[in-house]
Amino acid sequence: MAQERPISPHLTIYKMQITSVMSISHRLTGAVLSGGGLLLVAWVAALAAGAEHFACMQTLIIHPLGQLVLFGFSLALYYHLFNGIRHLLWDFGYNLSIKGVERTGYVVIAATLILTAVTWLIAYQDIWQEAWQG
Amino acid sequence: MQKSSSKKAMRSPLAKARGLGSARHGVGHWWMQRLTAMGLVPLVAYVMAGLLTAVRADYGDAASWLASPLNAVAMLLLFGAGFYHAALGLQVIIEDYIPHETRRLIVLALMRLVMTGFAVLGLFSILVVAIGQRII
Repeated sequence: MAQERPISPHLTIYKMQITSVMSISHRLTGAVLSGGGLLLVAWVAALAAGAEHFACMQTLIIHPLGQLVLFGFSLALYYHLFNGIRHLLWDFGYNLSIKGVERTGYVVIAATLILTAVTWLIAYQDIWQEAWQG
Repeated sequence: MQKSSSKKAMRSPLAKARGLGSARHGVGHWWMQRLTAMGLVPLVAYVMAGLLTAVRADYGDAASWLASPLNAVAMLLLFGAGFYHAALGLQVIIEDYIPHETRRLIVLALMRLVMTGFAVLGLFSILVVAIGQRII
């Protein structure tokens, strides 16, 4: 093996910017979603396997850890979706200026947070309504 | 003035990029990633909306949701395009972070195997539910 030689610092000293952070987040969420896809297949397979197996899956989903996984999955999904659209716009030649990149970047972050919140509110609307009336 | 008589001046950027790279597959990979991405945007939106109710439903309701033609086809397309898109993306990640050639090839092959295996399991399960709901 070659001798390990010293290299200059890079990640430890370079300033984090919206461009680089969003780029690595796109890669990270993509990898996370690949794992999430496996879980979605597991859900469908539980459906195919019958009511007993599906009930087992339901208990996993309702468990706080399951809800945490679902929440993380929805965050990753929305981020990757909206940033993916931002990438597609770049491919067609739009928003390639520094201003355009930064502006669309903030739009993606805002859309991710808003849509995730809206999704979870809608999913549990009956619980919110009960709490509101009670 | 543009030399309209020169054929080279009329080539699009994509035409110039095709076939470049040692494996000649770079542009194909890039295009398939974009194509599946565009297809996945409406698919994900539709399936997400449907899953919001289906995830909390009981077995019968969830099974009927999946068995309906529109939902079953959407899920089939989602798994097909989705796992293909995922495999392309994971390939790029693996190629970036594993410098050792043999190890990289093994991991790439394993990744493709897992993605394909789960995709087929998903397709199979959807068909089982869809047909099963129609036999009862």
